[in-house]
Amino acid sequence: MDIYVALKVLWWLLLGVLLMGLAIMVGMDMGVGALLRFVGKTDGERREALNIVGPHWDGNQVWFILGGGAIFAAFPTLYATSFSVFYIVMILLLFSMIMRPVAFEYRSKVATERWRTSWDWVFLISGAVPMIIYGAAFGNILEGVGFHFGWDGQYYQTESFLSYLLNPFALLCGFLSLALALYQGAAMLMIRGTDPIYSRAKKIGSLSALVAMALFVLGGVLVSGMKGYVLTSGDPAMPANPVSGQVVSQVAGAWLHNYGAHPILWAVPLIALAAMLLGSLAMRAGKAILAWWLGAVAWIGTIATAGVSMFPFLMPSSDNPNQSITVWNGTGSEYNLIWMTIFALIFVPIIISYTTWCFHVMRGKVEPPAAQDDHAY
Amino acid sequence: MDMLINPTVVELSRAQFALTALYHFLFVPLTLGLSFILATMESVYVITGKPIYKEMTQFWGKLFGINFALGVATGLTMEFEFGTNWSMYSHFVGDIFGTPLAIEGLMAFFMESTFVGVMFFGWDRLSARAHLVVTYLVALGSNLSALWILIANGFMQDPRGGTFDPNTMRMQFSSFVDLIFNPDAQAKFVHTSIAGFVTGSMFVMAISAYYLLTNKRKDIALRSFRIATVFGAISTIGVITLGDALGYIDAHAQPTKLAAMEAIWTTDPHPVSAAWNLIAFPSRSEQKNYFEISIPYVLTPLLTHSEDTVIPGIIQLEQEAKPRIANGIKAMVALKAYNEDHGNTAALATFKKYENDMGYGFLAKEFAPDQDLAKVNASNLPSVLDKTAKATIPNVWVEFWSFRLMVAAGFFMLALFAFAAYYSLKNEIEKHPLLLKVALWSLPLPWVACEFGWITAENGRQPWTVYGWLPTFVSASSHSVGYMIFSLIGFTLLYSSFIAVELYLMFKYARLGPQEQHHHQPEPQTAGGGMAGQPAFAKPSLSPKH
Ligand code: HDD
Ligand code: HEM
Ligand code: HEM
Repeated sequence: MDIYVALKVLWWLLLGVLLMGLAIMVGMDMGVGALLRFVGKTDGERREALNIVGPHWDGNQVWFILGGGAIFAAFPTLYATSFSVFYIVMILLLFSMIMRPVAFEYRSKVATERWRTSWDWVFLISGAVPMIIYGAAFGNILEGVGFHFGWDGQYYQTESFLSYLLNPFALLCGFLSLALALYQGAAMLMIRGTDPIYSRAKKIGSLSALVAMALFVLGGVLVSGMKGYVLTSGDPAMPANPVSGQVVSQVAGAWLHNYGAHPILWAVPLIALAAMLLGSLAMRAGKAILAWWLGAVAWIGTIATAGVSMFPFLMPSSDNPNQSITVWNGTGSEYNLIWMTIFALIFVPIIISYTTWCFHVMRGKVEPPAAQDDHAY
Repeated sequence: MDMLINPTVVELSRAQFALTALYHFLFVPLTLGLSFILATMESVYVITGKPIYKEMTQFWGKLFGINFALGVATGLTMEFEFGTNWSMYSHFVGDIFGTPLAIEGLMAFFMESTFVGVMFFGWDRLSARAHLVVTYLVALGSNLSALWILIANGFMQDPRGGTFDPNTMRMQFSSFVDLIFNPDAQAKFVHTSIAGFVTGSMFVMAISAYYLLTNKRKDIALRSFRIATVFGAISTIGVITLGDALGYIDAHAQPTKLAAMEAIWTTDPHPVSAAWNLIAFPSRSEQKNYFEISIPYVLTPLLTHSEDTVIPGIIQLEQEAKPRIANGIKAMVALKAYNEDHGNTAALATFKKYENDMGYGFLAKEFAPDQDLAKVNASNLPSVLDKTAKATIPNVWVEFWSFRLMVAAGFFMLALFAFAAYYSLKNEIEKHPLLLKVALWSLPLPWVACEFGWITAENGRQPWTVYGWLPTFVSASSHSVGYMIFSLIGFTLLYSSFIAVELYLMFKYARLGPQEQHHHQPEPQTAGGGMAGQPAFAKPSLSPKH
């Protein structure tokens, strides 16, 4: 295989890894944020819940930032087009996301009830809204997006934001994503939390996993009937330019074609489902660490399902299917991908080691912090 | 036909970017500088074992945290805003520009953000030495993030390391070495991170001066004051030296920016005696300065570090742009023809011939009939050339004055730090309350310098987002005005409330100061709040609701 093609596929895989890392780590913190008002009834309990992720939320959030940066570099046209096409939705995502760092740092700095309850609402919004939008983006993309390109590479948009925001299938995906995040957050609250947070998280989390399962199955049924996209001609080694170079057709049920060609791929959605079911059971049995890892597997399976269903599409265009962004026409140049690969190979292991070290240093159960505790939120 | 670019959308996108970027940079410099000051204080603690230095580190660390949160929050916006609002830009240079941003995430943000949690929460879980290492890693991480983002910005100022590819219709990455060793990027990095040290020093000095004036915790205030003045004096010298280097680099890479910065309209053919404008009121329409105070013999050595380099004035630069615009129009028309039919080798050959001027053709799009370069003909060409040539010059008034404000703030701070360091090292600082007051009231100056520095840098780059290659006018996403108004209002509201909350907390905690932190009087818990009688950083639990 051509090196450039291999690099394109490698970066498609790494894009998946990034989206999974983001979902697991940021989703967990957002799940905790969204659950805050429900698992903690008193201020002390809420502070305990916050301090469970307190030392790590910022580091975890970098998955989200790196997601932005890496898509910019490795899939420039995807970065340029997707964020602009979904403008209003992206801006709502940003508005809700940027409130979160402020909430963490400022909530406990003033001791009035009004102040703290206001920030608790911020945690709810800044946890739930981004996760819904995250899932909904997958939903919108699976359905095809209304954009096309001018000759110079500028995108043009034909749908209004309401069709992305209020789209039932996208909302279903959004709630799936939220349910998985709540589950992951609940698992973390169980690992480091004490009663009553522990038992409340257990109840909500094991239920969330079952909700996620139901939504996943329903989503699968809908996808099997929806119009998918098929690449009928296009050289994988083509220059990365979505304006010309490929022919695409829209076919009902096409998102199942990859499974038909390689039946082994059915394992991917099945693993996702199994992880959700076992996760719910593990949580009920009080095996919090196992439940956390099963949640991670559930995310991996879910995102991989979307990925293998669509391969090689990244963002199909319903306006002009030939201009769909694919793995073959949407990446950076070969030279760029080589450098990006080198940096990823060096830094990802380093990041994983020091992140593990930091989790290790901060391990153990968290109690509601003392009033004077300077080293807690 | 392509859709028309709506100039209002471009203006609104620029306004939003300027708002969010200038806002992000309110918090960045303090993070850059204060993180190293914290590391210095903590080093003294680890070396001498004196608990007061630990207390100092923790006290300033609290204020660091309040600032840090907003730096992170506003940084999130920046990371995605190229995609949400500068779609054509992102498509055109993402292959090069995205790479430093991705590396910044991998190398810097992960490090900084992962360790900052342990820095705040890990005091009781790590040995003193290990904690010190963590603090250094936070400082290193934040400064590495500045390095990579400024490499990205350096590419916009002086594009090196990429070439345009007509088959992908974008600039493609061709040399990593050229990208990272771009002199503009290197000088920018050092200038900007040292500007952060200046900011951190001023912050610590001014607040310590306040404690000295109000007799709070003199033990901490005097020590902090001394560290800050010494740090600050050295850094201010550094920032000025590197600022001079930046001006020198601009003289070569961005002559239009330099001419605007110095309000030079006509070329002085005698470089030796050329005059430097200390003060001027530039007028764009008349292409001259209404009023100026200028000093002969200073300009050439100041800007070019030589005696005999002629510095071209704005009028000459506009004339020199015209042939490039004419060629650029040919390049763009040929490029379009080639893109409509990749077999058209004649078009490709024409494009190759004029390729280096294509940016100027892009720039002419705004002034061509119906924004269509194919409609430029012999009769309307002169007017298109005229308008485009005028557009190659940034707003001189803004450029001249924002540069001067930065420089003035720089020299004022140099004097202030020098006096303060002198008296502080002689242990006489408390005998000079006036100096302490000046130190306190000068607190905003580094922020003024930083913000106007960025306005100098970015306004001076106009009309380009990528100097000479991609005009701002074509870079923006094709949104509707309504979308832009929605997001602009949202950012304005959110960011205003953020700054209100942050200033409230900063003032509250800075006023309280470190003095009451001495521990553990058991505190009566007042239900529902009030900090009365609480230790400075207590976070009392609220009693449960009944
Ligand atoms: C404490 C802050 C501070 C201070 C005292 C100064 N600067 Fe500065 N300056 C900055 C903070 C800054 C900055 C915010 O860091 C900028 C914005 C872009 C950049 O690279 O650095 C900048 C930009 C900037 C630029 C534009 C770079 C470009 O073209 O892109 C020049 C020419 C100078 N500076 C020169 C100076 C000189 C001659 C100073 C002498 C006193 C000076 N600066 C003081
Ligand atoms: C945080 C520091 C920064 C500040 C305060 C800042 C400030 C500004 C301002 C004031 C403008 C508007 C210029 C104008 O329209 O006249 C602008 C534009 C822009 N800057 Fe910066 N900038 C910063 C950093 C950067 C960096 C590091 C990059 C690139 C990595 C960048 C890329 C851009 C882009 C793409 C635009 C929009 C196009 C334009 O209007 O020029 N900026 N910035
Ligand atoms: C327009 C370009 C920029 C982008 C896309 C950007 C992006 C970001 C992001 C995503 C964060 C949050 C990281 C975290 O979670 O820890 C951040 C924070 C930070 N950025 Fe920016 N940034 C820009 C401009 C700059 C510039 C010009 C500098 C320095 C010269 C800078 C220095 C920092 C630093 C030191 C932080 C750490 C947190 C803090 O500011 O308090 N950034 N930036």
